[in-house]
Amino acid sequence: MIEFTVDGVTLEAEEGTNVLPVALENGFEIPHLCSHDEVSPYGACRLCLVEVGRGGRRRMTASCTYPVQEGIQVFTDTEKVQRARRMIMELLLARCPDREILQELASQMGIEKPRFELRQEECILCGLCERVCREVVGANAITFFSRGHKREMGPPFRDPKACIACGACVYVCPVDCIKMEETEEERTIVRWERTLPMKKCKTCGQSFAPWFQLEYIKEKVKLPKDFFDVCPDCRG
Amino acid sequence: MEIKITGCHGFCERGPLLVINPQKLFYQKVQVDDVPEILSETIEKGTVIDRLLYVNPVTGEKIVHEDDVPFYRLQERIIFGKNGSIDPTSIEDHISTGGYRALVKALFHMSPEEIIESVKKSGLRGRGGGGFPTGLKWESCREAPGEPKYLICNADEGDPGAYMDRSLLEGNPHSVLEGMIIGAYAIGSNQGYVYVRKEYPLAVQNLRIALQQAGEYGLLGENILGSGFDFSVKINRGGGAFVCGESTALMASLEGQPGEPRAKHIHTVISGLYEKPTNLNNVETWANVPVIIDKGDQWYAQIGTEGSKGTKIFSLVGKVNNTGLVEVPMGITLREIVYDIGGGIPGGKKFKAVQTGGPSGGCIPESLLDLPVDFDRLTEVGSMMGSGGMIVMDENTCMVDVAKYFINFLRDESCGKCTSCREGTQRMYEVLNDITEGKGKRGDVELLEELGWVVAEASLCALGGTAPNPVLSTIQYFRDEYEAHIDEKRCPAGVCKALIQYTIEPEVCTACGRCRKACPSGAVSGAKKVPHTIAQEKCTKCGMCFEVCKFDAVKVQ
Repeated sequence: MIEFTVDGVTLEAEEGTNVLPVALENGFEIPHLCSHDEVSPYGACRLCLVEVGRGGRRRMTASCTYPVQEGIQVFTDTEKVQRARRMIMELLLARCPDREILQELASQMGIEKPRFELRQEECILCGLCERVCREVVGANAITFFSRGHKREMGPPFRDPKACIACGACVYVCPVDCIKMEETEEERTIVRWERTLPMKKCKTCGQSFAPWFQLEYIKEKVKLPKDFFDVCPDCRG
Repeated sequence: MEIKITGCHGFCERGPLLVINPQKLFYQKVQVDDVPEILSETIEKGTVIDRLLYVNPVTGEKIVHEDDVPFYRLQERIIFGKNGSIDPTSIEDHISTGGYRALVKALFHMSPEEIIESVKKSGLRGRGGGGFPTGLKWESCREAPGEPKYLICNADEGDPGAYMDRSLLEGNPHSVLEGMIIGAYAIGSNQGYVYVRKEYPLAVQNLRIALQQAGEYGLLGENILGSGFDFSVKINRGGGAFVCGESTALMASLEGQPGEPRAKHIHTVISGLYEKPTNLNNVETWANVPVIIDKGDQWYAQIGTEGSKGTKIFSLVGKVNNTGLVEVPMGITLREIVYDIGGGIPGGKKFKAVQTGGPSGGCIPESLLDLPVDFDRLTEVGSMMGSGGMIVMDENTCMVDVAKYFINFLRDESCGKCTSCREGTQRMYEVLNDITEGKGKRGDVELLEELGWVVAEASLCALGGTAPNPVLSTIQYFRDEYEAHIDEKRCPAGVCKALIQYTIEPEVCTACGRCRKACPSGAVSGAKKVPHTIAQEKCTKCGMCFEVCKFDAVKVQ
């Protein structure tokens, strides 16, 4: 076990874990948007900045990607950290002024109105959807493309053919910008412009999942061909 | 008589160049049509052709020999010097001028530890921009657990106007390769990569030839020169992203991943390419290695300053008479580089600033021209060594416009991962653009400073970490120019279109009609013997009238 301090409190963690999850588990409040327990850390949103003291030196770094190390001192709420976080929040809010979670976080930090011209983007480019699609689902249906201020998230070559419409990205998106619409007949992931017909249960007649998702799962887990002819409820 | 096509000699301004040895007769601006005369007059009769000689712009005297040209005289060309005398596609040329002698010394007379010790003692620091002590890096990589170990040559030179690495690879690829083989032996690596820009086809071609020749001579591959040491090198071409010059982005790109930097909390010498210990140095650093091994670390360490040893190659460009590649000892002053080697500013204009270190370097004003150039001093004044770009600016350069130009480059070339860098550089660009368009507000300079701090402090990699430099350094040294733009809506250098006006002085105008004919938007009116005027609402501020007026009647305000 590795011993280190967060705001003066001594914590223990296993080697290989990063500062953010350990600090959160122990009740410290660090704002964060691009981090999620189920996927690998990425360090894109930069909101989880902390100062780390090590061997007499102190520097600011994203806590989600910083590995715990023996004897480091983490400071989550210094003047410097607050100053940087506030500007990052202001930048995010100016990019996506309509996102509720950003409005809430910004107002907690005392930001009324960004000093920059407002843009009407919805996505903050945190990359959580891409990581969950690649690491958890394994579908690799979306990716970052272009760079710098032209960076976007979406299906490669704008063709969503690998998307199984499972909705994992919808669930994980921190700013709720990936919407899913569902009828008896079909399910649409609006942001990726992906619509797939729903599979109907042979027993009860209810539609329960997009057929392509079920095909994908059958293929992945090597299930019998007729496995999903009946919905999980009717299968009992 | 033997004719050789060599690599770049460095004196771009006066190219194409021709040097006749052994006299070192120096002809410049040579054209194909001059060749018969050179053969009949100089080669056969020994007569010097006057019109092909270089004229010293300061004294007006004609210079016959290469060594007497002031551009070369103050340089110390220990790395770049052979470029002018060898055929880069001939390994024999390299060997006959002492090439691979250092490799033999390293393989048969030194242990890997001794090599590392020697590189440490030489004081060599990374020439790619970071300035990390090379020997220390090698030692950490050698001691890192895990196999295999990889070695990388970073040839993804992306700074606008910088081309020293390209010239080394094109003109003397074996020197880079020799450094890599020595490094590999010292570190214990059997596989090397050269990550080189796709935009450098000749560098790739000459490097490929060098690799093949070295293989044929037993200098590369299995059991090098019978020493029992194996090392091979692969070439990877980059796709054109500036950020791929950052070491972790480069490694991601080599692995076939998008070129995005990752956190270096665990150093790449421990976990780099494919999560294996990896030692990356840039082209110029590798080219320094054979010189250190061959001539000894003591000899090398006597060149330069306390903290920065050896020489550095700079690409001297912009508003300077002698543009080109210059190799100078560390510690030389900026003034010596710009005036003594560079020949000063063209057209008798006044020097304004020099930007060092590439797009994310800082602009250094005239008051600091006597600054000795080394890693630490450049950082102290808000700029950096970077990979060695040096852009000279004269009085007609607007510093706000310059800051906008570089931040525009960086907002395009940021990978876009970190909010601070992606959004921050974009917003800095917007604020700067407003200022140059006359829409600047009180508080904009402070906002730029605030943004600059966050971009530098909160971003992951060195691109974000240094991106605000051109803005912050121009604010630091040229704040009055920002204020003139914002408070007085005036561009002192007469560059920012929205803030300038072209007018014609009626007393000076001869009504010749040149400007009226030249104006593409029909803004100039007048008739014979009637002084001309410019209709401001039609004027697009292209400056044509100003250019064509023979009587200096057109004024910019």
